[in-house]
Amino acid sequence: MQTLLEVRNLKVYYYLEDGIVKAVDGVNFFIRKGETVGLVGESGSGKSTFGLSLLRLVPTPGKIVGGQILFNGTDLARVEERRIRLLRGKRISMVFQDPMTSLNPLMRIEEHLMETIRIQERLTQKEAERRVKTLLSEVGIPPERGKDYPHQFSGGMRQRVGIALGIALNPDLLIADEFTSALDVIVQFQILSLMKKLRASHNMAMIFISHDISLVSEIADKIALMYAGQIVEFAPAVAFFEEHLHPYSRGLLDSVPNIELSDQTLSYIPGMPPDLINPPSGCRFYPRCPEAEDKCREKDPPLIEVKPEYWVKCFKYERKRR
Amino acid sequence: MKEKDVELEVVGLKKYFPVQKSFLERVFSRKLEYVQAVNGVSFRVKRGQVFSLVGESGCGKTTTGRLIVRLIDPTDGRIFFKNEEVTSWQGEKLREFRKFVQIIFQNPYASLNPRMKIGEAVGHPLEIHRLATGEQKKRLVVQILEKVGLEPAEKFYNLYPFELSGGQRQRVAIARAMILNPELVVADEPISMIDVSLRAKILELMLSLKNERNLTYVFITHDLAVAKYISDWIAIMYLGEIVEIGRKEDIFSNPCHPYTKALLAAIPVPDPKKAKKEIQLKGEVPSSINPPSGCKFHPRCNFAMKKCRSLVPSLHPLNKDGNHQVACHLF
Amino acid sequence: MIDVKYSLSKHIVSGIRAIFPRRTAEYFALIGLILILSIIVMAIFAPLIAPYNPIKKVGDILERPSNKFILGTDGLGRDILSRIIFGARTAILVTFLAISISLSVGVFLGLLSGYIGGKFDSVFSLIMDAVYSFPGLILAIVLTAMLGPGIVNTAIAIAVIYTPTYFRMVRGLVLSLKESLFVEAARAIGARDRTIVFKYIFPNVISSVPIVLSLNAADAVLTLAALSFLGLGLPAPTPDWGFDLKAGHAYLAAKIWWPSTFPGLMIVILTLGFSLLGEGINELLNPELRR
Repeated sequence: MQTLLEVRNLKVYYYLEDGIVKAVDGVNFFIRKGETVGLVGESGSGKSTFGLSLLRLVPTPGKIVGGQILFNGTDLARVEERRIRLLRGKRISMVFQDPMTSLNPLMRIEEHLMETIRIQERLTQKEAERRVKTLLSEVGIPPERGKDYPHQFSGGMRQRVGIALGIALNPDLLIADEFTSALDVIVQFQILSLMKKLRASHNMAMIFISHDISLVSEIADKIALMYAGQIVEFAPAVAFFEEHLHPYSRGLLDSVPNIELSDQTLSYIPGMPPDLINPPSGCRFYPRCPEAEDKCREKDPPLIEVKPEYWVKCFKYERKRR
Repeated sequence: MKEKDVELEVVGLKKYFPVQKSFLERVFSRKLEYVQAVNGVSFRVKRGQVFSLVGESGCGKTTTGRLIVRLIDPTDGRIFFKNEEVTSWQGEKLREFRKFVQIIFQNPYASLNPRMKIGEAVGHPLEIHRLATGEQKKRLVVQILEKVGLEPAEKFYNLYPFELSGGQRQRVAIARAMILNPELVVADEPISMIDVSLRAKILELMLSLKNERNLTYVFITHDLAVAKYISDWIAIMYLGEIVEIGRKEDIFSNPCHPYTKALLAAIPVPDPKKAKKEIQLKGEVPSSINPPSGCKFHPRCNFAMKKCRSLVPSLHPLNKDGNHQVACHLF
Repeated sequence: MIDVKYSLSKHIVSGIRAIFPRRTAEYFALIGLILILSIIVMAIFAPLIAPYNPIKKVGDILERPSNKFILGTDGLGRDILSRIIFGARTAILVTFLAISISLSVGVFLGLLSGYIGGKFDSVFSLIMDAVYSFPGLILAIVLTAMLGPGIVNTAIAIAVIYTPTYFRMVRGLVLSLKESLFVEAARAIGARDRTIVFKYIFPNVISSVPIVLSLNAADAVLTLAALSFLGLGLPAPTPDWGFDLKAGHAYLAAKIWWPSTFPGLMIVILTLGFSLLGEGINELLNPELRR
């Protein structure tokens, strides 16, 4: 399978009055056609900023200060605004936690979809209408609801509308940023099932951004775990949950309640999330790492390919290349 | 029914909120509409137990919590604390009640007065109830701050909430709730706004306080996995009613109500190898203004029978000792 | 005439902001404070600073600015510089008095009204809305006409105009704060209403006041000037910038610019001072909230 998107040493900083927040600080990443990568991280990990930067949507005072975002040979980090606009929605699409806040309350859902489609594609009115009908049924919205206004939709339905808008132009890549975080668990399940169905039928790659690692395990082929603006572990999902090589991965998984286990001992990671204006020298996880050594305080470990398709950013695995 | 050791009992608790209508709406429709947030909830909690109210948004669990601590008045029903009826206590009697029953809120970023220093905020209950002043008050505050892990307490004493992280603020909220040495604490989603890797720390704190002081918790959460970890008893709520209630072990080993089963199946598990489950459930939670007739769950239930549409099922025990109860016509 | 001065100071503020990058907030507040303090100092030490008696004829009429009369003389031969300096007294006194009254009454009533609600709130809101909807200057004119001239009466008249501003702002804040979680938490620990209003709600309301206060003060200076310009409020020989502005107005056609320009300039400076202070405080307080 070919690589769809490749990110090299991406750096995105926010220039605030208090200092420079290094939200994304040297991220290497790639995703293949049709693949789903779960991007997991807690607050302050940089996962949302990373998602936004792929479409150059990082709000000021943030900016991309270094690195490359290669999509089909084009570096999205550098290309002109005009060309990015052609990509947005059409080749790469993004959906957010509450799609409703970005909708015009005076426009019917149908109209939103029509507008989205016709901005990028030349279709006749009839063709566009047909497309809208298909889309609505694909996401499980009864066709007559197309005439409704945004506020008339409930939680799960809103997310469905969001999905419809996101896939309307058949993008190669869909970025979902905490897309189901505000949903109740049953609706979340339904929406996740829908997304799985759609990614198959549209042969779409997905970057699923979430703080909930259990949720991500239900949908991702690969896991990319972020901490303090960097990816610390990047591996196929099954292998990640079995091996969780990085100390942070282990700590995180140990702190997540697993409903299938009885007599679980929940633990937590000591210390506090890092200060992104003055991150720790050396390895960012060093102050909280139970296996830290002196070397970790001085040098920042590189991403090491421990085995094919499995990367860990930790000195423990420096010599363990299999 | 007076049983020994029963710390809290609620009987037939109801809370209806009138729906705010616009002027035109009021002109065209005289009918008063109500959000039936809590619609007949009854349960008993014994001293030293962790009793969880579990459900999705709109099920009434948060409102029930507020009713228990008497922040709002019930529309109907009765509340008993240590076998004394507190349903309509007001004024000084209610203030007295607050020494025994406290609440921790969900949002640590909003539950602290932004203009009050931590020390002042935590010591305020002592001042209100005239239990300690001056140096003695400060000493008690420092003590409880240390107890919840905010050390050095002297430093935290003089900080403002905005200088603390979410997890630290929640500890302050816990300290404030605990300083009066209450017997019953309602915890309303206390960890849902805390980072995942720090949640267990708060839970551990709550459990250690419980063991030390023989506290009773009413733990409100939407996360069944957390409920499994921390509870002794669990009540599953849907649209203002309890649909299943029992010991933790019973609920997880033998879930009966179709809603409970759907909830369990829908919870993500951190293990991609597990077989993907199906849930036997359609649609979304309906509005609590005009809830479905009969069994409120029937429109979404794959096992609905004819009588589910008209007859309201009541909670009845599944077995002889009456501990595991379900409100469903299937049983 | 007053409108020109008002928009002039507003343009100066946005002009400065356009030139200087961030952190303008602190400069603004500082400059504003310096301007205001200078005028206060001028007012306090007026008898010591002013070269001449401001209400006596000390020279020929309409003498050009010179070494003898630094800012020239007015139409009655009085030293303009002295009149400016003494004029600071009335400007400061009336403004501060007016703002103090409207602040205390408006904030207090706003707190009570917002928290108590019900009929009490309906009645006061109605009264305040009625006063608020009146064009300020007209109301001030009517009140000064009714109350008669004098510093205190003028201050009261102006205070009435601005009280609803504080009332509405505070009431609105109280209404939303009443429902906030930390107020609920206060109730949960047993706090009495009195405590909630003064320890939980008031401190969170008061931070919004300084900005409104300074901008109000700027407005009050102009209202006072307008009243004096119209011959109301303060009795004749009292040195007052607005009054002198009007008096000097007549000579402009004859290219005699100094009797009106200098008083007008002082009005602009004081208004600017308050505006800058207000804008600065606004910027300074908000970043903390933004965090």
